Amino acid sequence: MAERVGFFTDTSICIGCKACEVACKEWNQIPEDGFQFLGRSYDNTGQLGASTWRHVAFVEQPTGGGEQRWLMSSDVCKHCTSAACLNVCPTGALFRTEFGAVVVQQDICNGCGYCIPACPFGVIDQRKEDGRAWKCTLCYDRLRAGQAPACAQACPTQSIQFGPLDELRARAAARVDEVPGARLYGADPADGVQGMGAFFLLLDDPEVYGLPPDPVDATQHLRSMWAAAAGAATTMALAVAAAFLRRRR
Amino acid sequence: MTRSYYGQPVLKAPVWKWCVPAYFFTGGVAAGTTLLATGARLTGDGDLARRCRFAAFGATAVSAALLIEDLGRPARFLNMLRVAKPSSPMSVGSWVLAGFGGATTVAAAGEVVRLPATVMALAQGGAAVLAPVLGAYTAVLLADTAVPAWREAYRELPFVFTGSALASAAGLASLLGAGRPATRRAAAAGAALELVASRAMARRLGALAPQSRLATLATGATAAGAALSALRRTAPAGGALLLVGGVAKRFDVFRAGVASARDPAATIGPQRARVGGGVSPTAGGMGRQE
Repeated sequence: MAERVGFFTDTSICIGCKACEVACKEWNQIPEDGFQFLGRSYDNTGQLGASTWRHVAFVEQPTGGGEQRWLMSSDVCKHCTSAACLNVCPTGALFRTEFGAVVVQQDICNGCGYCIPACPFGVIDQRKEDGRAWKCTLCYDRLRAGQAPACAQACPTQSIQFGPLDELRARAAARVDEVPGARLYGADPADGVQGMGAFFLLLDDPEVYGLPPDPVDATQHLRSMWAAAAGAATTMALAVAAAFLRRRR
Repeated sequence: MTRSYYGQPVLKAPVWKWCVPAYFFTGGVAAGTTLLATGARLTGDGDLARRCRFAAFGATAVSAALLIEDLGRPARFLNMLRVAKPSSPMSVGSWVLAGFGGATTVAAAGEVVRLPATVMALAQGGAAVLAPVLGAYTAVLLADTAVPAWREAYRELPFVFTGSALASAAGLASLLGAGRPATRRAAAAGAALELVASRAMARRLGALAPQSRLATLATGATAAGAALSALRRTAPAGGALLLVGGVAKRFDVFRAGVASARDPAATIGPQRARVGGGVSPTAGGMGRQE
């Protein structure tokens, strides 16, 4: 297995140019998903989805005295260490690549849709006209050819940094001390998804950017869920046994 | 007060169609009627056993059809048996349904033509062992997601589903003219389990799953159905009500989950409470306040 690689997205230097969105669409030949005016600052993309694998969020925040600040952040699949989509996929279509990324094998996916409500970030979705689930592949084809993913390659400010995850985490730990009000999101291997392969430096709470504050891969609690189900299954069987046994009295 | 990105949901709502909650009902009926067939066979009631076995076979066939219909790529349904994956409740469920379906088909065939006693014993025994698992696993399938109203209900949901499965199956037996004191007792037990577990689940979920007309229908139909099932003459009407209650319950649980996934506050609120903090120096900005 190759070294685990990923993204460190430093939102403090994102300028909202959307070059990442365009590069991703072009390289991966993703179909267009509608031209809409959303009225959300400069965001007319809306959210990540089956045909949107990079999404730049724009937040305008008044800071008092008629001043305002502008938060911009390029969101992407987190390629979780403990990935709910991958864990619940019943066909094995979702798998982990040699680079540590989580990818859908489109020749296997049967469109069961289980990965969609499983993802705590709302990343993966079904392409309606196609029936299958789609999301960021961390540019699997480019990585195999020794190239950086298209979005990181296109980013003009190095807000999207691509590289070995350990290196990125060390760089992020240094950067977060330099930027006032900054916090890291997804850099902690002890979080609910055991750390994200794509993590972020944010300037406000995650939910302001549309990110869940404490995402959890539900599969980590599967044992308790099966224990409850075993109790319920046993209760059902015992109830039937009791119903028939009383007849013999 | 929950902050969010322009009030947009954090999660993607499930893309499952009506087929999935309908399957939860038919799968439950298949599980319940199989247990009733087993009880009837073991107590020497061949007529009840036969009718329940046929009902189980029909419900299983409909279940498989519903699940295939719901796939984005129905032609690839066999990929469900491509791997056996304990971390995926849907993979576990696919194998359980495949095994259960095979056993039920053989057991039902054995009611029509003569099959070797060993084959029948294996089929009947296999179906009986897998039936309660079939009735309960669907709760794990829903709970093992990021959907707030399903995940938070993981303790009570299996009991809601198995109770409802038993009540529906016993109701169907009455409706098919195969009512017995044993099926009426099973109807009462199943309905009681469903009602008690549903109440506990509603208390735990609180605002995550607000009371709906569908929930009221499920509770009312199940309670009335259980009451009518107590008497032999009214048991068929009671059985019909139990079936209505069972369908309403599955669709209500499904609906509540989809609604909670679409509500950013349902996702962000509990998570924010877990990690604490969340007050920003610039609160009041255009990251919309809920």
